[in-house]
Amino acid sequence: MSVRTLPLLFLNLGGEMLYILDQRLRAQNIPGDKARKVLNDIISTMFNRKFMEELFKPQELYSKKALRTIYDRLAHTSIMRLNQASMDKLYDLMTMAFKYQVLLCPRPKDVLLVTFNHLDAIKGFIRDSPTILHQVDETFRQLIEVYGALSAGEFQLIRQTLLIFFQDLHIRVSIFLKDRVQNSNGRFVLPVSGPVPWGTEVPGLIRIFNNQGEEVKKIEFKHGGNYVTAPKEGSFELYGDRVLKLGTNMYSAHRPVETHMSGASKNLASKAQKSIAPNPLAKEELNFLARLMGGMEIKKPSGTEPGFRLNLFTTDEEEEHAALTRPEELSYEVINIQAVQDQQRNEELARIMGELEITEQPRQSTSKGDDLLAMMDEL
Amino acid sequence: MFRRERSIPLQGSAAALCNNLSVLQMPTRNLTLFGVVHGPTAQVLSAAPDGAPLAQRQLHVSERAGVSPPLITQVHWCVLPFRVLLVLTSHQGIQMYESDGSVMVYWHALDSGDAASVQAVFARGIAASGHFICVGTWSGRVLVFDIPAKGPNVVLSEELRGHQTPITDIATEPAQGQDGVADVVTADDSGSLCVWRSGPEFTLVTRILGFGVPCSSVQLWQGIIAAGYGNGQVHLYEASTGTLNIQINAHARAICALDLAPEVGKLLSAAEDTFVHIWKLSRSPENGCIEVEHCCGECVSDTQVCGARFCDPSGSSFAVTGYDLTEILRFSSV
Repeated sequence: MSVRTLPLLFLNLGGEMLYILDQRLRAQNIPGDKARKVLNDIISTMFNRKFMEELFKPQELYSKKALRTIYDRLAHTSIMRLNQASMDKLYDLMTMAFKYQVLLCPRPKDVLLVTFNHLDAIKGFIRDSPTILHQVDETFRQLIEVYGALSAGEFQLIRQTLLIFFQDLHIRVSIFLKDRVQNSNGRFVLPVSGPVPWGTEVPGLIRIFNNQGEEVKKIEFKHGGNYVTAPKEGSFELYGDRVLKLGTNMYSAHRPVETHMSGASKNLASKAQKSIAPNPLAKEELNFLARLMGGMEIKKPSGTEPGFRLNLFTTDEEEEHAALTRPEELSYEVINIQAVQDQQRNEELARIMGELEITEQPRQSTSKGDDLLAMMDEL
Repeated sequence: MFRRERSIPLQGSAAALCNNLSVLQMPTRNLTLFGVVHGPTAQVLSAAPDGAPLAQRQLHVSERAGVSPPLITQVHWCVLPFRVLLVLTSHQGIQMYESDGSVMVYWHALDSGDAASVQAVFARGIAASGHFICVGTWSGRVLVFDIPAKGPNVVLSEELRGHQTPITDIATEPAQGQDGVADVVTADDSGSLCVWRSGPEFTLVTRILGFGVPCSSVQLWQGIIAAGYGNGQVHLYEASTGTLNIQINAHARAICALDLAPEVGKLLSAAEDTFVHIWKLSRSPENGCIEVEHCCGECVSDTQVCGARFCDPSGSSFAVTGYDLTEILRFSSV
């Protein structure tokens, strides 16, 4: 499918990740300067120039597992640590949120506005760090340059590619259930009212023309929906009103992050497909990971700065419970590099992955909570 | 008015592709075949008139080097004078099977040769015209294959160059012995249509310019072209001249499928707005002008429809597929 999909997928999922982390950092009362450092570190890694260069090269999408590995690394670029259950939940929330946005996106092209909403919010997180702000603006310009010129047909292909990537994923998310945008079976609600997409006329009218192209008659018909005209088109510039709300931050301190896992709605199909798919750890995929993540600079924390663990659940007990009860078919089985032999690239990847573990935090800590968290910090 | 009938379970959900349902009616054997693309696989299944599934088969594209298995873009049955073939298009090439999907008759690999690496290479848009099968490609070229009455000696007889952007869909109509009748329409990503006259050599009859919105689905009936667009509109054109006669603000989102019931001139339009509408096409008895009438609309709640087809030539029943949905929904008139 479209070879222009990966940057949009990565940036939007990354944006969702930052929304959730920001909310959890506040909910867990992490001191402001620490929280800022975490977001700064992650954003600066995300928008690293070399990494963005790799990302924007035309390429196919890789497996969910490969992508998950990248976010695993990204989330751990700073002094914060997430354990497996929290990381799983984080990734579930990110993917379901972006799936919703792609599905509801009025026109295929509007997936770009969704991306701009994420980038606008990211710029808000780092408004006091001019260097990182500059990095994000660079990516912004690149997006405008690459995607601004694409046709409606190409955007349709991009949207189809994204939807195929998210196909068969039906995790129920409490914030969506509460807002009644998701049904209890995990499927999203598709509204039949509200504004039509920009450039679309409200359905219900038939126009008849003569052979000279003059309109000679109008007939109305009952469409069944309750639509209104689109007020205006969102801005595809560096700054401006995006109009579209999809992709803005839907979390607030009062809206805790929760998911209900539901493995039941996953069907046999995805299992059947696993067996058909070739070795998911094919050479290509490992090369892709090595290439991408080689561009990620991991900041080694200075010895004095204590790390902390972030929990995506309300309590540690919940987190443990989630780890034990996660349905097998939802397991991402993060790529185990040791399992693969030879290949210089793989060695490179193993080294990169290894760095993740080296960066373990010194266990000195400022509070009892931090101490406990640090002890449970093993990845 | 239509009523929901028993739905047919699928092994894998339908992928978000336009025209993602093909139906082959086999009234003599009292069964209907359905074809749906899941992604890297496609499912072909037969069902009894009451919707009870009988046999089914998975089709996939032969593997190539690389990570992700190649995705299928469309499956479609081509009814030729002496045989019926099931054609599958993908990011690899074109595969032609016997109608039940059991034996592959022909395989055509796509040549990405001159494609810049920024472009996805694929085939999409399938239709039969006489003893030819026309298949569209990413480059805008339409490949015309000459199909023998039996056996695998399929020959690529011609390449039609009328489009600059990827082909989306192709429609044909039996010429019924009338010479010089426009009987093939090809549509593309920019919304442009090319109208052709089939034959040993295809000739371009007329070209209908697009307006930047993809034409995702096209149908041809008694010299009337029905085209469904990404902005939810259906346009009706005079095939011989390319004149726009009727413009319908039919849907609130992109249209993903059109179909025709040839016996009665009923047109079905399905879109991402979760609606399926049924229209009646006709020609004025006085001046021969194209006329249209809205018959009814059905809402398929919370379903991003991706395929829809009539299940009988009189248009009294239809089937619908939706993104992420592991069943084929069936409707029949009350």
